[in-house]
Amino acid sequence: MKRPCAVIGVGQTRYAAKRQDQSFTGLVREAALRALDDAGLQFADIDAVVIGKAPDFFEGIMMPEHHLASALGAANKPMIRVHTAGSVGGSTALYAAHLIAAGVHERVLCVAFEVQSCSNAMWALSPVYPFQPPVVAGAGGFFAPLIQAYINRSKAPQDVGWRVVMKDRRNAAKNPFAHLQGAPTYEQMQSAQMLWDPINYLETCPSSDGACALVLSSEKAAAKAPSPPAFVQAMAQRSEPIFFPGRDAVSPQAGKDCAAALYRQAQIKDPRAELDMAEIYVPFSWFEPMWLENLGFAEVDQGWRMVLDGSTDFGGCLPVNVSGGVLSSNPIGASGMIRFAEAALQVKGQAGAHQVPKARRALGHAYGGGSQFFAMWIVGDTPMAG
Amino acid sequence: MGEPAGLTQPYRLEYVYKRGLGPVLNAFFNGLKRAQLLGVRGGENEIFCPPSEYHPESAESLTEMVELTGAGEIVHAFWIAQPLAHHPSKTPFAFALIRLDQCSSHFLHIVDTGGDESLACAGLRVRPRWADERIGSIRDLESFVPESVDQSCVVMPEGDELLERLNIPVSLEYQVRAGRVQSRFLHQLSERKIIGRRSPASQKVLLPPRGACPQSGELCAAEVEVSDSGTVVAFTVVRIDFPGQQLKPPYACASVLLDGADQPILHLLKGLPGSLRIGMRVVAVWRDEALASMQAIDYFCALDEADAAADTYAEHL
Repeated sequence: MKRPCAVIGVGQTRYAAKRQDQSFTGLVREAALRALDDAGLQFADIDAVVIGKAPDFFEGIMMPEHHLASALGAANKPMIRVHTAGSVGGSTALYAAHLIAAGVHERVLCVAFEVQSCSNAMWALSPVYPFQPPVVAGAGGFFAPLIQAYINRSKAPQDVGWRVVMKDRRNAAKNPFAHLQGAPTYEQMQSAQMLWDPINYLETCPSSDGACALVLSSEKAAAKAPSPPAFVQAMAQRSEPIFFPGRDAVSPQAGKDCAAALYRQAQIKDPRAELDMAEIYVPFSWFEPMWLENLGFAEVDQGWRMVLDGSTDFGGCLPVNVSGGVLSSNPIGASGMIRFAEAALQVKGQAGAHQVPKARRALGHAYGGGSQFFAMWIVGDTPMAG
Repeated sequence: MGEPAGLTQPYRLEYVYKRGLGPVLNAFFNGLKRAQLLGVRGGENEIFCPPSEYHPESAESLTEMVELTGAGEIVHAFWIAQPLAHHPSKTPFAFALIRLDQCSSHFLHIVDTGGDESLACAGLRVRPRWADERIGSIRDLESFVPESVDQSCVVMPEGDELLERLNIPVSLEYQVRAGRVQSRFLHQLSERKIIGRRSPASQKVLLPPRGACPQSGELCAAEVEVSDSGTVVAFTVVRIDFPGQQLKPPYACASVLLDGADQPILHLLKGLPGSLRIGMRVVAVWRDEALASMQAIDYFCALDEADAAADTYAEHL
């Protein structure tokens, strides 16, 4: 990194099935104003605005940036839109961080959002395309077979996914912004309606409306911030084609490479020991153990053991998704940025009831497309030395 | 086999979106329902219509709605002599930027001059003609007409059935053209042949074939016919209903690694859990009619064979 980049403001809306009390611009602005307020700044202090959201099919609004320019105070400033499918929230934060790290700007506002109540995510993610078989399978249709393959090869017991949900939803109860409140019991997990074998209804993320915003700044600008900043210690993005011979779609190479690049930058040798918590993009329960392996927290086919032995619980050795995660709130385009924001809140010491004690270093992770786009950062309470 | 013609199919995407409005747009659209144009005050001498939620320069939140007379003056006009099907008027009209009285912004709408192109030019005084039935849409204002034209409309009582959100029907029609390599593959499917292509770098057989290897980018010219039977490497059973679905749930989708291919294809699988498993051997059931489509294969069904050994497909998922 050319120069340190700090997170000095975090803003989130309350996530809910329907936030139609607002226009989508009003919703995005709500998050942006909260981030600015947290940073003790106003729109006039911002040098550039970076926005991200998932496909326009969700809201049916072509060029949402057109409407957002005035809502986000972008007049006469650079405004850039980023798009990397479900990982877009993460990529948006990284694009903004690059602008700071490269010395282009002093303070950058980045926001990500989705208003899923405008349409139906299943329809939007799964259009019937000419010449193809009628395997319109919806949001989970692509990922369920990968989970089936993971269970098959790892020999994990059936209740791993259920336990991930129970944990995340217990955590969500401590997060006032979370969409789903209240944790299901083991019996409820067991008897929930199957949607895509082996994923049941409760193991699936909700459809949410909401927005998340971050204010990123140089170290110099961060010195004036009202609260302790989080410093970006490492950032990486990787992609790979969706289909090619020999692809391991359960644990994609792009994800492994992305994590390796991240740990190299942060000089981390043992991520499980050296990170205090992780916010990982888990839209379906089983992706927690799958990503634990992909990210190097567990050996191949062993990630599920960390779920069962409580390692990823709130008080465990590597708390995962203490915010409640994507399984509790999923405004798709924002979901990646929420992971990045929650990691920052932890090292800033501002996570409230879901604060992990003495969290000094945290991972934010996002993925998108057919498990093919990865965006990650590590934030800490100090800049990287050197 | 000669080069077949490239294939094209129409592709329609449509949905009725539902959008929240927020206070400013809510007031504006409810105003339209009452046959009234509302602007928003931006500053001392500034009124925007259509109203802007935030000031375009200062980004301040704008809240003070202002009732307008609706009358204004054409700033620019563009005459449409022969309206197309998607145009907002069936008879000749002008698209126009109109400066509404009191306003500092321009309003884009249409002007109906009764077919007289010479009238539709800058400086013409106009006022709105309202639809009799109004739903809270920009089309409640049918068109602007010369101020001299007599017009009246039914005014709905204030507060009657307040609009809370907008229904926005969107319909897009595309022509999807299969590329050269895909078209050839689809023609071959219509002859019940499944033909992949070998990547020169990895020597792997790509299926569906690609003109260029997704990993190395090298051109793939060598065709390799693969079997219509193979091994299930992953599957799911879809049990949820949603819009756009082609089949009634439950139905199973599987990644099938055809014998001779190095990449699984996604297709339908007949049978339900209990009988479905990773490693099971399956065969294509072809449709009677010759279709240049992946739907030439109706579905896959189980073969009466022992399951494939895990190491035969391990690297394919």
